[in-house]
Amino acid sequence: MNKLAIVQEPRPKLAVWKFASCDGCQLSLLDCEDELLSVAEIVQIANFPEASKMDDPGPYDISLVEGSITTEHDQERIQEVREKSKVLITIGACATAGGIQALRNFANVEEFKQIVYAKPEYISTLATSTPISKHVKVDFELQGCPINKYQLLEVIKSFTMGKKPAISSGSVCTECKRKGNICVTVAHGVPCLGPVTHAGCGALCPSYQRGCYGCYGPKETANPLPLIRWWEKEFKTEAISIKGLLQNFNCATPAFKEASKNYEQ
Amino acid sequence: MSNEKPDKKIKVKVGTKSRTIKADYLARVEGEGAMLIKTKDGKVEDVTLKIFEPPRFFEAFLRGRELFEAPDITARICGICPIAYQMSAVHAMENALGTEVPEYLHQLRRLLYCGEWIESHTLHVYMLHAPDFLGYPDAIQMSKDYEEAVKRGLRIKKAGNAIVRSIGGREVHPINVKVGGFYQMPSKEELLKLVEPLQRARDDAQETVRWVNQFQFPDLQKEYDCVSLSSDHEYPMARGWITSTSGLKIKAEEYDNYFEEIQVPHSTALHSKLKDKGSYLAGPIARYNLNRDKLSKIVQETIQSIGFEQTCTNPFRSIIVRSLEILYACDEALRIIGEYDAEKKPASVPIEKRPSTGFAATEAPRGILYHRYRLNDKGIIEDAKITPPTSQNQKMIEEDLFQFVSKNISMPDEELKWKCEQAIRNYDPCISCSTHFLKLTRQDG
Repeated sequence: MNKLAIVQEPRPKLAVWKFASCDGCQLSLLDCEDELLSVAEIVQIANFPEASKMDDPGPYDISLVEGSITTEHDQERIQEVREKSKVLITIGACATAGGIQALRNFANVEEFKQIVYAKPEYISTLATSTPISKHVKVDFELQGCPINKYQLLEVIKSFTMGKKPAISSGSVCTECKRKGNICVTVAHGVPCLGPVTHAGCGALCPSYQRGCYGCYGPKETANPLPLIRWWEKEFKTEAISIKGLLQNFNCATPAFKEASKNYEQ
Repeated sequence: MSNEKPDKKIKVKVGTKSRTIKADYLARVEGEGAMLIKTKDGKVEDVTLKIFEPPRFFEAFLRGRELFEAPDITARICGICPIAYQMSAVHAMENALGTEVPEYLHQLRRLLYCGEWIESHTLHVYMLHAPDFLGYPDAIQMSKDYEEAVKRGLRIKKAGNAIVRSIGGREVHPINVKVGGFYQMPSKEELLKLVEPLQRARDDAQETVRWVNQFQFPDLQKEYDCVSLSSDHEYPMARGWITSTSGLKIKAEEYDNYFEEIQVPHSTALHSKLKDKGSYLAGPIARYNLNRDKLSKIVQETIQSIGFEQTCTNPFRSIIVRSLEILYACDEALRIIGEYDAEKKPASVPIEKRPSTGFAATEAPRGILYHRYRLNDKGIIEDAKITPPTSQNQKMIEEDLFQFVSKNISMPDEELKWKCEQAIRNYDPCISCSTHFLKLTRQDG
């Protein structure tokens, strides 16, 4: 990384923010064991509560935002983050699509509260879980549940250099073909969202003999419905399995949401 | 609902007689939490560990899902310990369905769990906790003076992550764990690639134990009622009885008869407690105190060489126990890889759906993690209960803080605040595991 990046002085300030999430995407930065100390050479980590007590009030050159908006307080907080950030990048399915917690969008959140909490009246939460882009302008969205840490490095590096990140907009299916995998659907009748899912994971699930469950979210211009109809016709895939695939970590993305709705009709 | 904003500013009010110490946004913990301590006339009045992690309702939306989905969905509760969630989920499902998983699959799961213990513990020891002992805001700042140590930590962490990636496909939210086993067996060749980095990590882990053993430890002594899994055969990870210092020995099926979650006035979270007994300690110290004789030879020798106590009673010394567990997990991983001969064996056993309820507890890096699922005849989840380790340790964290502040009441505010944060980090609290955390109105005194 330090070979490619030009070290600017003063180093651009990086902040990492958390909203409703599992912490896995920001952990990806700490999982860059070989690159972490060189990342710290090209950017100044100004605010990253999970890793540091440092508390730089900003403004920040780059903000990485993990998590979705599920409370009134977070609705306000994301506005403050936006105001303090030159560039705002969302990382992961929660921040770009609402995450699995967006399943509440299709249910009654009051019932959800009662299922989980003995005293639901103490729980203050919005009826929906929404992506960051629903609330503020987002400069770049990195998809994935979790994100690919090498893509994250590419994004950080690119924004410090003022260039567009080289992130493939293709599908998992094309990654899978390039790896030379035998197609799990054609060969074994396993439903696989690879053809409609955004690339980035390296076709992980098909490489492990299972179907893609869409954790990187829909690729551009994805149209899952014909794929689903084909599974039903050819492999007698059950409705509950189809719903499970469409209604998980990226359930609130327009492509998966529409497909799910049209399928149920 | 609290009106204060988690803006991470330190607010310290010092009056003539009463003072309030607050950390509005705890740093270097996984998730969003805050701490409030109120003292009056030189005595601690109230200690509150607040959790404002927004609830995500996992137990609610698990209802109606296929049992196969539980490992992938519950992994998303925590990006730091997804394997723990996957392990508790598959064991609970197999318990429900009466599925017997052969030993070679248990061993492979144990290897995967070793990977998570190594990466999660090392993250905590080097990046989250050691900076407290050495007086730095984070590991990156610390690396300016302790470059070799930080690089050593990153090497160990990488070796742990390599195990998870090799078996699970990726470090965060691995994809290979399945009810009944795995989707695909790793090849022996693939696992042998882990040997060299793990041998180095084992040496590095020994060095870690020696390194953290030299730290200065604040004085705090507690007679903990420890709770962890225990087994006759192995240091506990995914199998065994649920046991305690006070003599508990039960199966996971009986968990709800002995443990309960209660709401404490002026508190912000549900606290797990032993019915009739009260708070208990889960995590590395609990595992060590109840199972130290099951640690392997190299760990026993290391314990002897540093003269470490047989029973750990100072929570600040958890960093040593965590380091001993890193050493153990490296050693155990090498043993499992050495014995591995299952690459041609079936990756999973078939399951039979039936209406049933399943229970399991496994040892997440931070402590015992309990799952319970009720299934219908089609294998659909009708009800789910998940009790994460941090929920179980909440009450003990507050008790530790109460005792620590009482003893150190004359300490200057800034120093006391830092030490209290350090005391919270003794537990490596993973607040993202917020299946059960409440947010209540803060009651200002």
